[in-house]
Amino acid sequence: MGLTRIPQKTGSAVLRFFAYFGQVVGLIGELAVTLFTCRPRVRLAGRQIVDIGFGSQLVVVVTGAFTGAVFAAQVYFKFSELGLGTATGPVVSLAMCRELGPVLAGIMVSGRVGAAMAAEIGTMKVTEQIDALRSMGISPVDYLVMPRVIGMFVSMPLLVAESVGFGILAGYVMVVHIFGVPAVWFEHQVVSNTTLPDIAIGMIKGFVFGGLIVLISCREGLYANRGAVGVGKATTAAVVISSLAILVSNLFLSFLLNHFFPLGSSGFDS
Amino acid sequence: MSQLEKSEYFIEVEGLKRNLGGRQVLDGVNINFQTGKCTVLLGRSGEGKSVLLKHLLGLMRPDSGSIRIDGEEITTLSERRMRPVRKKVGILFQDGALFDSMTIAENVAFPLQEEGIRNRKVLLEKAVEVLELVGLAEHVAKMPNDISGGMRKRVSLARAIITRPQCILYDEPTAGLDPVTADSIDQLIAHLADEFSITSVVVTHDLKSMHTVADRVAMLRSGKIYFDGTVKGLEASVDPVIVNFLDGNSEDEPDVFA
Repeated sequence: MGLTRIPQKTGSAVLRFFAYFGQVVGLIGELAVTLFTCRPRVRLAGRQIVDIGFGSQLVVVVTGAFTGAVFAAQVYFKFSELGLGTATGPVVSLAMCRELGPVLAGIMVSGRVGAAMAAEIGTMKVTEQIDALRSMGISPVDYLVMPRVIGMFVSMPLLVAESVGFGILAGYVMVVHIFGVPAVWFEHQVVSNTTLPDIAIGMIKGFVFGGLIVLISCREGLYANRGAVGVGKATTAAVVISSLAILVSNLFLSFLLNHFFPLGSSGFDS
Repeated sequence: MSQLEKSEYFIEVEGLKRNLGGRQVLDGVNINFQTGKCTVLLGRSGEGKSVLLKHLLGLMRPDSGSIRIDGEEITTLSERRMRPVRKKVGILFQDGALFDSMTIAENVAFPLQEEGIRNRKVLLEKAVEVLELVGLAEHVAKMPNDISGGMRKRVSLARAIITRPQCILYDEPTAGLDPVTADSIDQLIAHLADEFSITSVVVTHDLKSMHTVADRVAMLRSGKIYFDGTVKGLEASVDPVIVNFLDGNSEDEPDVFA
């Protein structure tokens, strides 16, 4: 009897996944339509840029810097044994640009901003404020989701850049000032081994992760129900699902982007 | 179209059905709301009164049946095409549903701002004008969380009438208020209905409220309209369900402790 329930449960989980996917795609569709029909809400979008971009700087910089520093230290310990201490710089820089910067910024922003979005929109949903908007003939996607999407798309690449920058800087401090590698070596190695495609990959990932966070968090908020418990669930789901989505999509994104910008070439001219 | 606009009924509901989570909440509702009159919709908690109200604005979609507002069928309209219809109808939500990130004045002026009025002075003037009508003009700068529940409902009412809708739907306007505040809300509803001949639909289980505002009264039970007529007709009824409801008698109801 227990066994027959396994396919049933699996089936319903699969269905739920596709329903969820459908809702997110539906939201994208509505946003696309809204893009052509909405009026510009400069003020709301501006506030979101401040909230998401300006407000997230501290967490993103701190995570980027400390990860860069500890990563540089670990790499240096092993590399110096092999006589490759001066190669630490490019390893840190490539790792920050291509993987760590965007993923760390994405995870931190999903925790800080995604949770807030889901909680705010979810509370508006359960207190009928969303219905009030609709009753006035205003689309919640136009009024609530669009400014957040704009805020996220503007902020995320910049936050990734900050995370990467401070990560490399912290690596520099670690390797040059603590382990005594000559600064010239570090600089030269980093600059000559970090190419435009490496930076582009980080920015593109930041863009994609930002999109995932804002879509998933807004979806969670808009579908919240059953009062305070529902808002709590929506907030948790927003952070968990968008963090997982970032980590999983990162793998595929890395392969896809490596195909266009192969590691070790300058990408654009090869 | 002009013929339809002069129709006797502003809202016509026919065979409305809606199943929510396996329960047939609306099971073939037929009711018409007279233009310029105030109809009170009675019913016990959980009988689907609020659900019916949300259908009238297209906030919820029926499984089957038809709703015509001002002659226009709305059940098949897309969210986008619904907008002009919604502008004809205002709604007062149960808990006010004020935007808690805005001041009272910003809340009230919000529908006008969305219609494209940008001048802040004009917006404030208009907001004060309707807030005076509900007796709250001195509270313009406060936040929704800093005022009482009754005041929130009045602010919400001011927000609903600022665009001069032809019809207002009230979802339990007096629920959770003290008797004096409740009466002041009832007086406001009656005043708006008489003064501006606004078609009003008041969902409530407050019988005192019904006496103050109703031109007509309908009762919802088991997903259907159980009674539809005048207040006198309702009170003269010998139907046990209606008598029990009016007397607040739970004897014949299934035992809640069973």
